[in-house]
Amino acid sequence: MRREVPLLITFITGVVFALSYFIPGGWLGQTERVFGDWITIVQAFAVWLGVLNLLKISLIKIQRKEHDWGYSVVIAVCLVGTIAAGMYSGFAPQFESFRDPETPFNFIFRNIFAPLGATMFAILAFYVASASYRAFRARNREATILLIASFFVMGGRVPLLDSIFMPIIDGTFFADFAGWIMSYPVTAGQRAIAIGIALGIMASSLRVILGIERSHIGGGN
Amino acid sequence: MPPAPGARSIASGGRVLILTLTLITLTSSLLATDPGPGSIAPPTLIMVNDLDYDNGESLTISWVPSLDDVPGQSEVVAYRILRSSGGGQEATIGTVLAGESTFVDQSVNRDSAYVYRVATIAANGGEGYSLPTDAVVPNREWLNWDLVWLFLACLVLGGSVVFFIETARRGKKLFVRKIAGLEAIDEAIGRATEMGRPILYIPGIQDMDEVETLASLTILGKVSRQIADYDTQLFMPVARSLVMTAGRETIKTSYLEAGRADAFNEDMVRYITDEQFGYVAAVDGYMVRERPATIFLLGAFFGESLVLAEMGNSVGAIQIAGTARPPQIPFFVAACDYTLIGEELFAASAYLSGEPRQLGSLKGQDVGKGIAMAVILIGVAAATIAELTGSGFFAGVVSTLQNVFTTR
Repeated sequence: MRREVPLLITFITGVVFALSYFIPGGWLGQTERVFGDWITIVQAFAVWLGVLNLLKISLIKIQRKEHDWGYSVVIAVCLVGTIAAGMYSGFAPQFESFRDPETPFNFIFRNIFAPLGATMFAILAFYVASASYRAFRARNREATILLIASFFVMGGRVPLLDSIFMPIIDGTFFADFAGWIMSYPVTAGQRAIAIGIALGIMASSLRVILGIERSHIGGGN
Repeated sequence: MPPAPGARSIASGGRVLILTLTLITLTSSLLATDPGPGSIAPPTLIMVNDLDYDNGESLTISWVPSLDDVPGQSEVVAYRILRSSGGGQEATIGTVLAGESTFVDQSVNRDSAYVYRVATIAANGGEGYSLPTDAVVPNREWLNWDLVWLFLACLVLGGSVVFFIETARRGKKLFVRKIAGLEAIDEAIGRATEMGRPILYIPGIQDMDEVETLASLTILGKVSRQIADYDTQLFMPVARSLVMTAGRETIKTSYLEAGRADAFNEDMVRYITDEQFGYVAAVDGYMVRERPATIFLLGAFFGESLVLAEMGNSVGAIQIAGTARPPQIPFFVAACDYTLIGEELFAASAYLSGEPRQLGSLKGQDVGKGIAMAVILIGVAAATIAELTGSGFFAGVVSTLQNVFTTR
């Protein structure tokens, strides 16, 4: 029963969601909406599983003074502090909602959370440079083609090449060429990948719906 | 896309109804309007259309704005939509700002008839009412005819997948090409074991309702079984609570199957945060401190893909990545040792299991690819001939193919 019940639930929900895409009305559509609501409710409650797990692991690490336990202190303080600020901002009578600009929760969001997220995202620029350097090294035929294509795309997009060659080639030759590379060879490749992905998703979904693939529920026969 | 015969009669019937309604409303709107107090011009040409392919739960009301509704110097501030049903009292069901000319009424019941009026509301408080429309009944359509070709394609592909699963089950040997990234899993786990360093498994940042996450967990089942055999340390940070629960269950089963239940620890799978870059910061920090020998990046990734993969590269880990997000694939190719491109991620669990039924489903995919290739070749050839010769027949072929494979 431990295997059969999840498999049956997977089969029924899979079939309902698949059919309701083509048959929007009637009980199928209503059932799909009900399932959608259930997913939202389960996800909302599941957040607490994660939060409690994070808190438990951090507190155990602090209690045992394990390696790098100082990071756990930061996690626990930030977690409890943000929850407290959110509760105060949500329930204090002077605020309409915790989203009000004056609330402590919003202060934390604007002055700590958002800048930290932006800082991590900004690191991406440096990683793009280092990854590009490795990718564009002409080690073999494919990498050489990539290097040449990237030279024209970057030069055409900036548009550095058109400025340099303006006395010889009038107009926007390099910008147009970069556009051609992006519109035809690149798009063709991406669409080929997209077709493969769509078919892969379909076959994978069928394996799950038919119960042939069971790893996600712990495997077993 | 040429509609099915049934669809054509329904569609033509619908067109006649809409045309009739339009003519009636146009005539009545032009002939007589009720200016009301304040003498502001009312909206005209009030049309009520049933929304196609829905459950009969909405009607779209559209109108030509009042003559006094002039952008920039308008006397009109808003339009009020009034509705009555079954001879009952008229009630306001919504208001839209000046300049707008449509309203979707989503509070209708199937099989009830509704009559609408739209009123112009002026800045000075004046109002101008249109004449009422004819009664309109919202309809339910059982099948979304716009998707009928997609439905047929799904039936063909689904049927071929099931056919090859059955063929494989009867014992027929099926050839599946080697996938380098999956062949390297043994080497990657062995390397971590020899170096005595942990293996980091990152299942993407999406929840269990994402098929890529599901594919990642199926691969995790096979990988963790091998890790249990080798007695290597595994760490799996997750960004979603449900993935944490499912991941633990998957690893636990693998350890049980390997006879290493004692080595399983729930803390192998740890929830970090739902926040994208908070998660990245924590995982990057782990990489720098623990220096894992092997990193798996398999699942749904977005802007964080390169930050994770480059950090893994900088700590000298062997990296096997895979995602079905085309924009992230180049990043993984540049930063990782092996990359599962698109469909290879979904094929991985079948490939690793070697189970005939699962391998059969991969052959079913090949039928889909064959159809796609044939259609692309026919389309390209027809478009080229149509361009060179001006042939109407080949232009028609191209147009038909475009209609069939376009989902509105």
